Amino acid sequence: MSRTTFFERNIGRTRNIGRITVEVLDGRTRQQLCFLDKVEPHATIGEIKSLFHKSYQQLYPARQDLKLDPKGKSLRDDDVLQNLPVGTTATIYFKDLGPQVGWTMVFLAEYLGPLFIYLLFYFRAPYIYSHQDVFTSSPYSVVTLACACHTCHYIKRLIEAIFVHRFSHGTMPLRTIVRNCVYYWAFSAWLAFYINHPLYTPPSYGDMQVNYALAIFVLCELGNFSIHVALNNLKAEGGPKCRRFPHPTKNPFTWLFFFVSCPNYTYEVGAWASFSVMTQCLPVALFTFLAFIQMTIWAKGKHKTYSREFKDYPQLRMPIIPLLL
Amino acid sequence: MSAPAMGTTKTAHSDVAPKKKRGPGALATAYLVIYNVVMTAGWLVIAVGLVRAYLARGSYHGLYYSIEKPLKFFQTGALLEVLHCAVGIVPSSVVLTGFQVLSRVFLTWAVTHSVREVQNEDSVLLFVSAWTITEIIRYSFYTFSLLNHLPYLVKWARYTFFLVLYPMGVTGELLTVYAALPYVQKTGLYSVTLPNKYNFSFDYHTFLILTMVSYIPLFPQLYFHMMRQRKKVLCHVEEYKTE
Repeated sequence: MSRTTFFERNIGRTRNIGRITVEVLDGRTRQQLCFLDKVEPHATIGEIKSLFHKSYQQLYPARQDLKLDPKGKSLRDDDVLQNLPVGTTATIYFKDLGPQVGWTMVFLAEYLGPLFIYLLFYFRAPYIYSHQDVFTSSPYSVVTLACACHTCHYIKRLIEAIFVHRFSHGTMPLRTIVRNCVYYWAFSAWLAFYINHPLYTPPSYGDMQVNYALAIFVLCELGNFSIHVALNNLKAEGGPKCRRFPHPTKNPFTWLFFFVSCPNYTYEVGAWASFSVMTQCLPVALFTFLAFIQMTIWAKGKHKTYSREFKDYPQLRMPIIPLLL
Repeated sequence: MSAPAMGTTKTAHSDVAPKKKRGPGALATAYLVIYNVVMTAGWLVIAVGLVRAYLARGSYHGLYYSIEKPLKFFQTGALLEVLHCAVGIVPSSVVLTGFQVLSRVFLTWAVTHSVREVQNEDSVLLFVSAWTITEIIRYSFYTFSLLNHLPYLVKWARYTFFLVLYPMGVTGELLTVYAALPYVQKTGLYSVTLPNKYNFSFDYHTFLILTMVSYIPLFPQLYFHMMRQRKKVLCHVEEYKTE
């Protein structure tokens, strides 16, 4: 070992003091995908993802899932390298999440579809019903009312998606969106088919049934909107780090928070249930039932998260149905 | 669809994965052993019934009637397996098991039982024999696995016979549904038309056609999944043996 080498080695070390070497391996094959040396210790995972993206044009940051342990939890974009349990060399495992789509795009796709599809059926576009029924209209007022309700429901959702919601994750996998869209679009086509059918039978209890159901529908829509606004304000006040759970506010619709963790889902189920009663249409009831199951699953998850995170979480609250579920 | 694929996740757990002993407790194991023994016996009864009827009649025709009751009883009994998954004593997915059992039950009741005219078809014998052999092997496989004394022959049979039995069963099922179509259309079986109070309609004929079409994406997936399982289970064992 010559003196010069020893010296040079020490100088090299001082210059690189604190710097971390990052190697990115494929989570499945353990092949080395990327080698980044002399990374600043206060660099974030987000910055690592950007650097990785430079080597792999297709794999934009939203598509990258980075972990310290291939079977462990994913690293967040705002995690700082030096705060993680890595030494001077960090080994990070990579997984491709597949093509991603931003949440706003997701909601636009999921909601514009049913909106237009229903209208196609309402106006009885060609090739849906028999030839003589093309562009005719139903003699029943409930059919027009149902169209108005359905359309307003999705317009409200679009407004919320664009102006109200704040999303914690940036994106959603492409495959999920395709699946969701197929589900929403197909179901709305199916229920629109029956409501706007020339052989549609109006509700058994006539106007009384329609009017009461309509009233409940409107109340539930307003309720749902109020909850979304309340949840949004909660996020706005607190910011991402400050975690608080939602409370009832001055708005009477939010008083459901006394009884339920996810009143937005409660109101949503209420709206669809009243729509089923208003149209007296079995496919709508089926859609309501399936939506209820899915939202109950989500509500239970949310309720569990809240209960675990907040020690003072109100005991009275149930996930989705007051006092019951 | 026939059940060679049923419980593949189960076998994946018990054969390929290293002993993850989060299995059932002693009572549950005893119950499952009894269940699997009873099912093996039941399908053996069906097998014997088919052979005896064939020998008595001298032809393949109309054998369905000789085993109609035990077939309905034991195939419907398989619904318990969904419960086993739901309760957790069997480490399989409820959805996957449910789907497979329901497709079998559907064929037994909603097609073969409901449409009398197809009961004489040879395609019925085709899928019944495929199911019978498959189920005898499958239930004995589970019985032996639970008792931790699985003969290689049974494991080999379970992962090899499906190569022929699965396509055989699927062919029989599809031909039977196809044979049922004209009768369903003629009688409007299980169909609801407009107008009606709940604004709903259901055309069973179209539903059956859609069911047949669904075999196209589903069958290859399940078949190749079983082939991959076969490679994993049988080749893994050979490696183990040579060590």
